[in-house]
Amino acid sequence: MTDLRNLYQEVILDHNRKPRNFGPLEGANREAHGDNPLCGDNYTIYAHVDEQAVIVSVGFTGSGCAISKAAASMMTVKVKGKSVADAEILIQEFRDLLTGKLDAKGEHHLGHLTVFEGVSQLPQRVKCAVLPWHALHAAIEQQSVASTEGEHDPLGN
Amino acid sequence: MLTETSRAPERSWEEIRRDFPILQQSINKHSLVYLDSAASSQIPQAVIDRIVWYHSAEHSNVHRGVHTLSQRATNAYEATREKVARHLNAAFSHECIFVRGTTEGINLVAHGYGRKHFKAGDEVIVSALEHHANIVPWQIVCDEVGAKLRVIPMNDAGELDMQAYEALLNERTRLVAVNHVSNALGTINPVAEIIRLAHEKGAVVLIDGAQAVPHMAVDVQALDADFYVFSGHKIYAPTGIGVLYAKTALLEQMQPYQGGGDMIASVSFEKTTYNALPYRFEAGTPSIASGVALGAALDYINAIGLERIARWEAELLAHATEALQGVPGVRLIGTARHKASVLSFELEGVHPHDVGTILDNQGVAIRAGHHCAQPVMNRLGVAATARASFAFYNNFDDIRALVAALYTVKEIFDA
Ligand SMILES: Cc1ncc(COP(=O)(O)O)c(C=O)c1O
Repeated sequence: MTDLRNLYQEVILDHNRKPRNFGPLEGANREAHGDNPLCGDNYTIYAHVDEQAVIVSVGFTGSGCAISKAAASMMTVKVKGKSVADAEILIQEFRDLLTGKLDAKGEHHLGHLTVFEGVSQLPQRVKCAVLPWHALHAAIEQQSVASTEGEHDPLGN
Repeated sequence: MLTETSRAPERSWEEIRRDFPILQQSINKHSLVYLDSAASSQIPQAVIDRIVWYHSAEHSNVHRGVHTLSQRATNAYEATREKVARHLNAAFSHECIFVRGTTEGINLVAHGYGRKHFKAGDEVIVSALEHHANIVPWQIVCDEVGAKLRVIPMNDAGELDMQAYEALLNERTRLVAVNHVSNALGTINPVAEIIRLAHEKGAVVLIDGAQAVPHMAVDVQALDADFYVFSGHKIYAPTGIGVLYAKTALLEQMQPYQGGGDMIASVSFEKTTYNALPYRFEAGTPSIASGVALGAALDYINAIGLERIARWEAELLAHATEALQGVPGVRLIGTARHKASVLSFELEGVHPHDVGTILDNQGVAIRAGHHCAQPVMNRLGVAATARASFAFYNNFDDIRALVAALYTVKEIFDA
């Protein structure tokens, strides 16, 4: 149970139950789809990026497990109002946290996104947490798809 | 004095469970509760010992040497073919082709038979319940020759619509490919009827028996199956071995699927003549130890008795069905009247992958996902299910542990 509480922390469960910024975004000028064909998780990330390259608003739709949904919800909260460049740093740091390359106690910009650290202990679930981040990356790079498998898998190369 | 008493007393299920060393361990500080036998079953000590003995005393290449070891290896491997033929009640052992598993067996038929006999405008029928292994090979061949793939629909319980099936059959139907038991939902399909109706229209039938052979007696002649396929690793043998049963007359009309050693009679650069059945379809060095082990696995289950196994597994399934129905928020997926050994379900408000992770943390191994049957999931409107599957080494304690772990999921998710 203690390990489980560490994985399914209250904030993750809360975002799963009440996802923030959920729904298609009016006036979005960036959009990408992310899916995990192995488990059926699939999300669309919408963003409005202004001329100063700031993500002024962001939203998501889709469905999947608690880990992926909470990751999507908390990601939208985190990147809203950030510059594209700052968002890219967060994407990299989040990926590094999940693949064990970044120490949650060290220096980073993730804030309480470190609640996902427990997921890094479960290799089968890492893809769930990073999926929405892949999709965000694809959206701001103006690519239309991200996937955990095949040629669109960013962890694969 | 040689009366009934000469029969060995029936071993208890508890004793039989102890034949499986892997089940004696702890996972995440809980005794392992293995409920994923539909994906791959565990291996009893007798079969493990047989592999060890093979590698300790008998190993060499098969069908090739005059030396003693080669003969021993060949004898051990070929003995399995005889056992498989008896087990399926095949008319001849040369009708049992060794393959890597169900997937390779189906591909062998799709390429060796389908490619040669299907023409543009022909039709191949599969069912809404199929594993991807019994869909994709047919799609590939149909695309290649311009044949059409048609699908027997199913109802919400996961039972095939037999009236719709009859309506699909016509003089263009070349082949029907259905599973005997669905791996996603556990439905037992009326394969004897499916075969009879197809034969009336002159079509041949392939039965994917991956989930049936481990759990019930199968008689390919009584069924009049043209092709019947199964995997060793789902029937208490290791991976790397499976069987394609095919009627002699059909094998003789088939093109070899792979070329190489063992499958030829003579080779020159001008012309190659093929070996006799079954070797014509067994190019290259096979998975010999796994083949030998498959024979030991069949001996093992036959010593227990398939009827006794089927009865016990039916009891486990009935008990688990009732137990899960008693957990608030659980919805069973697949409620066919005739089912074997598989229980797919959803827990309201919790994704099956989260269920799987939490159950694993409690030592309970189930499968979560689409079970290589995405069309089944789409038809039932779910992205994935949690699936518990049973073998005779499971018991009521395993079901109690499953239910207790589901309550842990509910507690964590407040579901
Ligand atoms: C019904 C069914 N068909 C085919 C397969 C594929 O078997 P294998 O992976 O052993 O080739 C499976 C196993 O997953 C199955 O359950």
